[in-house]
Amino acid sequence: MEILVCVKRVPDTAENEFELNSEGNDLDRDDLVYSVNEWDNYAVEEAIQIVDKIGGNVTVVTVGDDESEEVLRREMAMGANQGVLLSDDAFEGSDGKGIASILKAGVEKKNYDLILTGAQADEGAGQVGGMLAAMLDIPYASLVNKIDIKDDKKIVVGREIEGGNQEMNEIELPCVLSIQTGINEPRYVGIRGIRKVAKVKIPVKSASDLGLDTASIGSGAKVKRVDYFVPDIGDGAEMLEGSTDEIIEKLIEKLKAKGGLS
Amino acid sequence: MTSLIGPANFKFFGFLPGFFLSILIPVIGIGIFIYIMARRLAPLVRAAPNHKIDRVFERIINLFKLWLGQKKQPRYKTAGIIHIIIFFGFLILSIRSISLVIIGVSQGFVVPGFDGIIGDIYNFLKDYAATAVFIACIAAAIIRGIIKPERYKVPAKYGKDHTSEAILVLGFISILMISESLFEGSNAVAEFHSTGHSEFLAPLSLGWIFKSLLMDVSQSYLQGIYIGMYYLHDITFFFFLCFLPLGKHFHVITSIFNVFFIKLDKGTVKPVRYGVSNEELDDLESFGVKKLEDFTWKQMLNFYSCADCGRCSDKCPANAVGRPLSPRFITIKARDLIFENYPLSGKIYKSKFLFDDIYSEDEIWSCTTCGACEEECPVGNEYIDKIVDIRRGMVDEGMVPQSLQKPLKALEKRGNPYGTMEKKRADWIKDKEFAEQCNVKILEKGKTADTLYFVDSITSFDDNIQNIARSTSKILTRAGIDFGILGKKEKDSGHEVLRFGEEMLFQDLKEQNIEEILESNVKNIVTADPHAYNALKNDYKDCSLPVKHISQVIVEKIKSGALTLKPALEPDKIYVYHDPCYLGRHNEIYEDPRQALDAIKGLKRIEMKKSRDDSFCCGGGGLMLFYEPEEDTRMGVLRVNMAHEAGADVIVTACPFCLVNIQDAIKVAGKEEEMEALDLAQLIEQHLI
Repeated sequence: MEILVCVKRVPDTAENEFELNSEGNDLDRDDLVYSVNEWDNYAVEEAIQIVDKIGGNVTVVTVGDDESEEVLRREMAMGANQGVLLSDDAFEGSDGKGIASILKAGVEKKNYDLILTGAQADEGAGQVGGMLAAMLDIPYASLVNKIDIKDDKKIVVGREIEGGNQEMNEIELPCVLSIQTGINEPRYVGIRGIRKVAKVKIPVKSASDLGLDTASIGSGAKVKRVDYFVPDIGDGAEMLEGSTDEIIEKLIEKLKAKGGLS
Repeated sequence: MTSLIGPANFKFFGFLPGFFLSILIPVIGIGIFIYIMARRLAPLVRAAPNHKIDRVFERIINLFKLWLGQKKQPRYKTAGIIHIIIFFGFLILSIRSISLVIIGVSQGFVVPGFDGIIGDIYNFLKDYAATAVFIACIAAAIIRGIIKPERYKVPAKYGKDHTSEAILVLGFISILMISESLFEGSNAVAEFHSTGHSEFLAPLSLGWIFKSLLMDVSQSYLQGIYIGMYYLHDITFFFFLCFLPLGKHFHVITSIFNVFFIKLDKGTVKPVRYGVSNEELDDLESFGVKKLEDFTWKQMLNFYSCADCGRCSDKCPANAVGRPLSPRFITIKARDLIFENYPLSGKIYKSKFLFDDIYSEDEIWSCTTCGACEEECPVGNEYIDKIVDIRRGMVDEGMVPQSLQKPLKALEKRGNPYGTMEKKRADWIKDKEFAEQCNVKILEKGKTADTLYFVDSITSFDDNIQNIARSTSKILTRAGIDFGILGKKEKDSGHEVLRFGEEMLFQDLKEQNIEEILESNVKNIVTADPHAYNALKNDYKDCSLPVKHISQVIVEKIKSGALTLKPALEPDKIYVYHDPCYLGRHNEIYEDPRQALDAIKGLKRIEMKKSRDDSFCCGGGGLMLFYEPEEDTRMGVLRVNMAHEAGADVIVTACPFCLVNIQDAIKVAGKEEEMEALDLAQLIEQHLI
């Protein structure tokens, strides 16, 4: 089975403390460390497990700049067979639809049976998977937490429904699935693994390689971010300050005062 | 001279000469033994290489201490004494056994040099040796078969009980002792009957007893006993020899080699592969132990040498709290697998991935590398290197639990397991009250100092543990030491990164730290974290600066008069010192922290039953804090209970991880009202004048 996994390089929420830049329209990115979007890791692991079971090939793709190559290598160290970087100055500033258009152009170069994305990205809107499926005119299932391969025409996917219920769907191939965390346990990628794939050549495709009309992507985006801020503390919200012990002390007092603790 | 016909001249059924049988038995016995040994050596030949044979003199000294000296045995008194008796009995009787084999061919053979007084003394000694071994066997059988101490139990998941093998071997040994003594006794009686006097037998020895019992027995009956016992001894002896390599009694043969090849440097971890330098690591096809043959031949020798005494698991804190780890079965499962894959006859089977065969992931992650098992093992088996080697294999295969993946990734990206930004590493010096009293230099932009205080991650970032950093800095300042810290350039020492099998990440952290340390131009290093201490001292071989733990500095400076301490601030409290594994067992610093405590006048200090090299791990440091084990209780809770039983109010330790674990455990045990935990540096700082 030919599987494509779309991945994204994001600032790591666990290893950063976010501050706004001086213009106030984005994060201050100087001191940030980046990694693969967490959901995408689960998608790649799932793809590798499918290929381990029934054979095939896993390709990882990302839209980004030169530095995005790092996440492709990490996923290749995990076990993806090859990576493709879609990169062009013209891509910068793309909205969700723009990213989906770029990916669609990339996908059309090859016949994939299954396309996986993360359910969402740390700093994203969870829209690319659905848009990509619509543009390719193939079926789509979101928030997938289980995949059963039936044959090369059909698979069964499970979706977690709000409230903890589980839904199972039969879906025809090719299709796009957005993968929820918890579907598997992504394997560890060590320094050694990354070094092993450090010299593998990763093809870079530009807008012209993909035959993309740049009008609808990049700066042509119809959705533009105009502001980015930490919300003001509203009524009823209060930040407790002090050392951890002091904060805990205050919290306990408050809970006691409101009758939450007896 | 005897009136009985000896085995060499005896004729079976009137025609078959005894010496024929006396040659046949050893020839068959030794032949089978050589064959078995050759089959047992097969896996060792296919195993990974071990280090070269070096430091022979030290190794011989070790043989005298551990093997001949039976140094570890008395740590379990009854079993230890029994073993020492059997061990020395065997050594003494080995000469007798060999001479007996030759007597079967040549009547009247005497070991060269044993024909005079030496022979008489020897015979006297060996009579008692045989008797003592016989009594020890009975005692051992009672312990094994009737008393059944907990440590010999085999939990159902690890297979069948091992008592029958133990009893069988005790039976063999008893037969050897009895038959030799009956052989001797019957001869003495016959001699007495014919000449009126006989060879002197040690009073109350088995031979002496048998002689008394056989006094009224007829000559022909004596002849029967004499020959019968000779061949019973002969056959049992060679049967036993061939039986040894089939199970736990292999240690009788292998332990001397096992002890000779023992690891000489405590606190270190073996390289990924002997003979491959750090620079060549990238070229290795595979990392760590994934299948049986990935173990080194010495590690396999360990498996062969295990006597199944159960002491390792008896002392293992992971085993004590119900984690799925028992060091004894790490060994026994591997030995059983060797026996299965390398059978005595037929083809050798291809080894499978160890995790599809004998080990489970949680079992391997459960180890805190505290070293209690290695400290206890009477034959010098090593466990930490094997656990690390297996973990290296797991990391290489991506088999790392999610709970550990996060901190490992943070270590890679930020140089600390919390993922906190590098620039915040020295934030602990900014505490207002502290900054007014103590100005800590950051060794950057060419600034230097005599001493580098290596803080390490937990002490740099944990709100509560930062107090240790501040106390340490105050002590160093008061002692007049010119010191500084690396600040944001310091990375995690990687002590647990190495021990959790992420070798390449450790190498990265180590290289970055060594570069910064050397660049800072300091003359020596001090740390308050035993894990950092062990890393700097034993893992950072390329950084040759002297390293001291703060407890050593404190004692030194108290002795020189640079530090003076007030009398105990709380003289009513009872203090107990908990030995951190990486300060105590791995680096043998037991006395300095105690001397530092005792330097506070009026401070009441007691000891826990388990202390010094018998200390009980608090739960482990570094990455172990992130691991979520399956367990019934916490190690820390057991440790707090031990301190409580000893009657302590305050547990003093000298390791940030011990402090975290013990403080948590005091809460979990519901003893917050009665007990507290403190770091040595904090306590000393409170008492500074």
